[in-house]
Amino acid sequence: MPKIIPVPDELSQPFWDAVNEQRLVLQNCTACDKLQYPPKADCQVCGSADYLEWKEVEGKGHVATYIVIEDGRLNRRMLDQPYNLALVTLDQDPTVNFYSNLPGVPPYEVPLGAAVEVTFEEVAPGQLIHEWQVVE
Amino acid sequence: MTSSNDFQWRRDRDGLGVWEHRGKVAVVGYGHSPVDRRWDEVNLDTSLGAYTIMACEKAMEQAGVTIDQVDGIVCCDSHIAGGSGGTASVWAPRPYFDPPYDSEYGLTLINAQWLINTMGFKNVKFAPTGVPTIGEMVGMASQAVGDGVCSTCLVIYPTGNMEGRYRRGGENADDYARGARQWTVPWGNHGGNDFINIFPHRQYLMKYGGEHEDLVHFVRNQHKNGMLTPWGYNATHNVQPISVEDYIGSRPILNPLRIWDCDRPVNASAAYLFTTSERAQDMKSQPVYVLNHSQHNFAFRTTQPDLDEVEMWTDRQAARMYEGAGLGPADVDIFNPYDGYSIMTQFFLEGVQWHGVKRGESLSFYAGDISVKGPHPFSSSGGNLGNGRTRTAMYTDSIEQLRGTAGDRQVTVRAETALCAFTTPSSGGWLMLGKYPS
Repeated sequence: MPKIIPVPDELSQPFWDAVNEQRLVLQNCTACDKLQYPPKADCQVCGSADYLEWKEVEGKGHVATYIVIEDGRLNRRMLDQPYNLALVTLDQDPTVNFYSNLPGVPPYEVPLGAAVEVTFEEVAPGQLIHEWQVVE
Repeated sequence: MTSSNDFQWRRDRDGLGVWEHRGKVAVVGYGHSPVDRRWDEVNLDTSLGAYTIMACEKAMEQAGVTIDQVDGIVCCDSHIAGGSGGTASVWAPRPYFDPPYDSEYGLTLINAQWLINTMGFKNVKFAPTGVPTIGEMVGMASQAVGDGVCSTCLVIYPTGNMEGRYRRGGENADDYARGARQWTVPWGNHGGNDFINIFPHRQYLMKYGGEHEDLVHFVRNQHKNGMLTPWGYNATHNVQPISVEDYIGSRPILNPLRIWDCDRPVNASAAYLFTTSERAQDMKSQPVYVLNHSQHNFAFRTTQPDLDEVEMWTDRQAARMYEGAGLGPADVDIFNPYDGYSIMTQFFLEGVQWHGVKRGESLSFYAGDISVKGPHPFSSSGGNLGNGRTRTAMYTDSIEQLRGTAGDRQVTVRAETALCAFTTPSSGGWLMLGKYPS
């Protein structure tokens, strides 16, 4: 079953536009030199919006931990159960994390600490989402 | 009615000092309705509205307070299942009934105005709308009474549940993820306290050692305490405490989270009566004094809170509460943290450092004697795991322990202060109660 489809808003549109071009861009505060994801109206460190810009990042990370969703509440994902939901930290800034279903990794067989790299998955015509794939 | 935003009542910053109304506000009554699994959708005498009226009447009766004396009503006016409630939380499009059940109010929602109209309150001058959940409502009422905004205030927390899978409708049935959900739902996180805590919980096990199954001691103790709580779901439905095997073999939800790690949604209502300590002296119940209330609403720094973030948040919550109450960890006799999912309670226990429990020590603490008759009567209420998702057992047990009226749950250790909460690591509130005003 296709994953649930994100609906971009004014704040997130540049992010999803980049994802649709198979690029991972995050907000970066040039004053604080701090990446932030998900995007916010202001920098979470200095509180200013004046120094926020979009910055393309290297899509490399590691699996911090994971769970297996066996009885979730999302109708559209029921048939996928059980499936992995991993927490991936970004190598460039490990305080930034992402969710991933780790495509290709069987449920319960998640390699903790493994290196991953970003990939992109179509969830609706013209709409990609960012995913993470274990690096062999 | 005013909005809750119009009244500056929150104590949600670090370094606020001792609460200016410490000991000057008291809880003088509480009332619980029966706790059903669901409303049967037929009998209006067991509807959420009828149960809420019953809870209010019990709370007033306990204190000997009449309807005309109540001048404040703080009622949670949103459904506990929120935007994902679906058919379990909305009566429409089915036809409504005769008044007062001629809208969602009284059936699936309760607000102050519906209670004023239905019960005949005549002198209410404080009845905010858009109020938060019970964890913060008790703070709002405490501050309102302390500030003189009102003098005798009912706090009401209705928890409705009808037929249908809980939180399987609304936004959870949507093919699209909007707003904040665009960052979580595509990968399967439907949102809520289970997801907030399950990842930090796994990191906790990795950092400090132990297995998820070590929670069984805590879960079983909650069930045992629940069976000692006469009004709770477990006691009134004879839900016998589970065995270790029951727990280990139970259905996975968000593996390793199991069904027995989760509280049971119920249809019920509870009410508490707050007043000034001065007025409390003329009432027929034994007052319990509010020593502090505090709140928190910490922003996530990224998609998912991790263990470091949760530990930092719970440290700050504890510091705020202790500072405002003028107390420290060794002063807290009764401790009733939130337990809607068993995987979060260790974060609160270690943040508050109750009975000296430090970071990473909860699982071994749970394996010791945490029974109500033992030296460490942790969560003597049985919480939500032992009583159903009323989110109120923590408050009622704290009041009863301080009064010495907890019956079979009465602890054998000193019971002069009690710390209780409905909260998540990121948002919610705490309440410190005392047998004495100072």
